[in-house]
Amino acid sequence: MARYIIKRFIYMLITLFVIASLTFFLMKLIPGTPFSTAGKLSPEQLQIMKENYGLDQPIAVQYAQYIVGLLKGDLGISFQFNNVPVTQLLLERIQPSLVLGFQAIFFGTIIGIVLGVISALKQNTWIDYSSTFIAVLGKSIPNFVFAGVMQYYIGVKLGWLPVLFWKGWDYTIMPTIALAMFPIAITARFMRTEMIDVLGSDYITLAKAKGASSFEVAFKHGLRNALIPVITVLGPLTVSLMTGSLVIEQIFAIPGIGEQFVKAITVNDYSVIMGTTLLFSFMFVVIILIVDILYGVIDPRIRLSGGKK
Amino acid sequence: MAKEDMEISKDKFAPAILDASLGEVIGKPSLNFWQDSWLRIRKNKAALVSMIVMLLVIILAFVGPLISGHGTNDQDLKRTNLPAKIPALESVSWLPFDGTMVRNDGTVVDVYEQKNIDEYFWFGTDSLGRDLFTRVAKGIQISLYIAFLAALLDMVIGVTYGAIAGYFGGRLDSMMQRVIEVISGIPNLVVVILMILVFKPGIMSITIALAITGWTTMARVVRAQVLKLKEQEYVLASRTLGNSHSKIIFKHLLPNLAGVIIINTMFTIPNAIFFEAFLSFIGLGLSSPLASLGTLIDDGFKTLRLYPHLMIFPAVFISIIMVCFNMIADGIRDALDPKMRD
Repeated sequence: MARYIIKRFIYMLITLFVIASLTFFLMKLIPGTPFSTAGKLSPEQLQIMKENYGLDQPIAVQYAQYIVGLLKGDLGISFQFNNVPVTQLLLERIQPSLVLGFQAIFFGTIIGIVLGVISALKQNTWIDYSSTFIAVLGKSIPNFVFAGVMQYYIGVKLGWLPVLFWKGWDYTIMPTIALAMFPIAITARFMRTEMIDVLGSDYITLAKAKGASSFEVAFKHGLRNALIPVITVLGPLTVSLMTGSLVIEQIFAIPGIGEQFVKAITVNDYSVIMGTTLLFSFMFVVIILIVDILYGVIDPRIRLSGGKK
Repeated sequence: MAKEDMEISKDKFAPAILDASLGEVIGKPSLNFWQDSWLRIRKNKAALVSMIVMLLVIILAFVGPLISGHGTNDQDLKRTNLPAKIPALESVSWLPFDGTMVRNDGTVVDVYEQKNIDEYFWFGTDSLGRDLFTRVAKGIQISLYIAFLAALLDMVIGVTYGAIAGYFGGRLDSMMQRVIEVISGIPNLVVVILMILVFKPGIMSITIALAITGWTTMARVVRAQVLKLKEQEYVLASRTLGNSHSKIIFKHLLPNLAGVIIINTMFTIPNAIFFEAFLSFIGLGLSSPLASLGTLIDDGFKTLRLYPHLMIFPAVFISIIMVCFNMIADGIRDALDPKMRD
């Protein structure tokens, strides 16, 4: 087990290093200048600006500086947003993104599990079909379409919930629903399969035979074992949340990391783009690692041999 | 079930005549893999309906621009932001196809009458007076084109990589596996966005970006299958007969992998459609005058409060396409590989 964790950890470091280098060199290839007033500047002024940000150095030196800075947790200085250090910029904005992400994954998986269990218990009834239908819709309809439609009908037409901004709990409801659609869909389908599988096994028959009520059979005996594999979908779900946060935060004007990222892309702010990419990758890689280890810890049947995946 | 005793009189039974030759009679024509799969997919109503709907959408995408009588980029500022109006359907009061629009203060106006326009614009027009129906049809074409191309590239790269890794095995395989492990550790969102920032946004760069990130799943699946299949006797036989490695891979192994390859590709397509729309939505997609469903939704979103129809129509179509492809993919998976059924 310890060997496996160490091995995975080393892979994680390699992955992060590759991502960091890739991001750096790709950023250098991007056409355009990071200075918004570049056209008006004289060559001397441009030179001073470049020196100021260390852009006059050879690429290799810049790269070394960048990697050393990364190890210290320094992501560079933003070119466009008031020369704030990127780390600070991201830290200021991380709270809404995290709140949104956690709410979406929390409510999403819970609703998904409930839907999945219900449709497994009532297999091939209208309840099952409608929950499958919800899952197909949730999986298929792009979340920004869903967010836009919701914003228009619930926010503007009915006026039930605030349309934009981030000022209190009621402002989080619509973005959370929009983000949670995908987790709901995925967990519901996964849960249904697992539950049907588990309900057919011998120990469930035994529990029924000794006279346990159907509620007890489903939730006390069945759910526990069916829940274990659901952990594996947490990885893909995190990715979907990151992708989703970009558009959802933009649509609902939430001051989070995703919105910052989209803004940085449109104004060519290299250091913010690099910083956000690294942050996303870091979170992704760490979550995948945690999920894999957790899975092995919870279910002793899974043998963590030689990283065969 | 029935617990009451049932009396069945003896004369209802007759002795069976044993005829050994009849035991070997084949009652129904034997089916090959594809016929069998087709039988199974036909039973799956959701997949079948999705296929028909998808076919209709594709027909609409290609025939639509021809019958609408408007070009994708025909601008006319005299007819901007018209709501939808469809002949025959305009008299059905609960459908939004009568060319009227509800203002924010609640008054209903017939915009066509106001602007003195006799023509019908089925889905209305946008802020430059372009016919939305034609643009949506064109948008579907482009979205599908990107999706199919990305899926194809994905398939070619993934299958080749996976087949080589699995077939040759050994050190080469473990090296190639490490590469996949590192690549799949990178969130594809990040790679796609970086690729598109470097190359100019356009059909080709979006497709390439999608293919670069998408092939790892395919490569893994194909490798696992090849590892299993290469131990089979027919591969040994082919090798003994002196066939080259590439011939064994492409002539003997790949046909046996068709099922998994098709299943995987079918799941790539909706993914690619989503990603293209997503990129367009955050401003990294196609630029005017080209229109994909994503850019149309993005444009419509900006004026959602005033002219909701500009977003609703492309949004409905992308949703239909996504639902259909997901259902078809599920159906095909169940049909080709009943073991993978979920």
